[in-house]
Amino acid sequence: MALPQTVPYLGWSWDDVVFLVLAGVMLGSSLMVVLSRNIIRSGLFMVLAFLGLAGFYALMGATIVAAAQVLVYVGAISVLILFAVMLTQSKSGPAKLVFHSQAWAAGIASVIVGLLLIMSVVMTTWPLAMPTPIAQSARDVATLLFNDYVLAFEVISLLLLSAVVGGIYLARKDNIPDPSDAVTRSET
Amino acid sequence: MSNNLDAYLVLACLMFAIGSFGFLARRNAIAMLMCVEIMLNGVNLAIVAFGMFTPALAGAGQVIALFVMAVAAAEATVGLAIVIAIYRNRRTPLVDEYASMRE
Repeated sequence: MALPQTVPYLGWSWDDVVFLVLAGVMLGSSLMVVLSRNIIRSGLFMVLAFLGLAGFYALMGATIVAAAQVLVYVGAISVLILFAVMLTQSKSGPAKLVFHSQAWAAGIASVIVGLLLIMSVVMTTWPLAMPTPIAQSARDVATLLFNDYVLAFEVISLLLLSAVVGGIYLARKDNIPDPSDAVTRSET
Repeated sequence: MSNNLDAYLVLACLMFAIGSFGFLARRNAIAMLMCVEIMLNGVNLAIVAFGMFTPALAGAGQVIALFVMAVAAAEATVGLAIVIAIYRNRRTPLVDEYASMRE
């Protein structure tokens, strides 16, 4: 049985329904990341928020970015963050206070920032924007990535390598015995 | 609604505001890093939306979004390594107890 063209009784297109559901999932789980008392629960809601965002990319037609979002954020970064949570969990359990004592000022500041950004978005007309998303295949993106942006691509790979080396250097334990030290100690 | 640039941009703004509140207000350093990721994702949504709706930016928006993701991954790696290194010395992930770093 085929679905009707629009949602029955409401007259909305199905894309709008998907948009609203994804918006609810993404904003709700982002709020839960910020407000949740348990840090592991925050991490898991962050995965849900990233999945909602991947849904938005797919809805716009940016398939390659949606796939990269699932691979990089849902797959890699959330695992990294959950590992860091595991390594830094104190035995007393979650802290009593989730927020700083000046959290009200942060709340006012972020509400003002959000309102200013939304006002500027709504009041601006984008003269070059089309009414619907432009279809862009993964082939177009790849052609652009490896022609116009190839220098940036190589620099990014260098940045990732240095970040991995720096991360290992920062996070390793300092009391690993140095083999050259052992040799000199046995000689003396 | 799903065919409207403004709707995506408003969502991106809301996500950025939520992340900035969490970054300013949370005490846990790892929760602060999660909120930085949420802010970065909000900006990424705006970039992809501009790229998808503007013919002059066709394709470039997606490429820039991929670069932002790579830089965010590098940032998460180094940031979490710093948090773990500080935790090893101070035995707490709460940033307001790192008072000795002020001097």
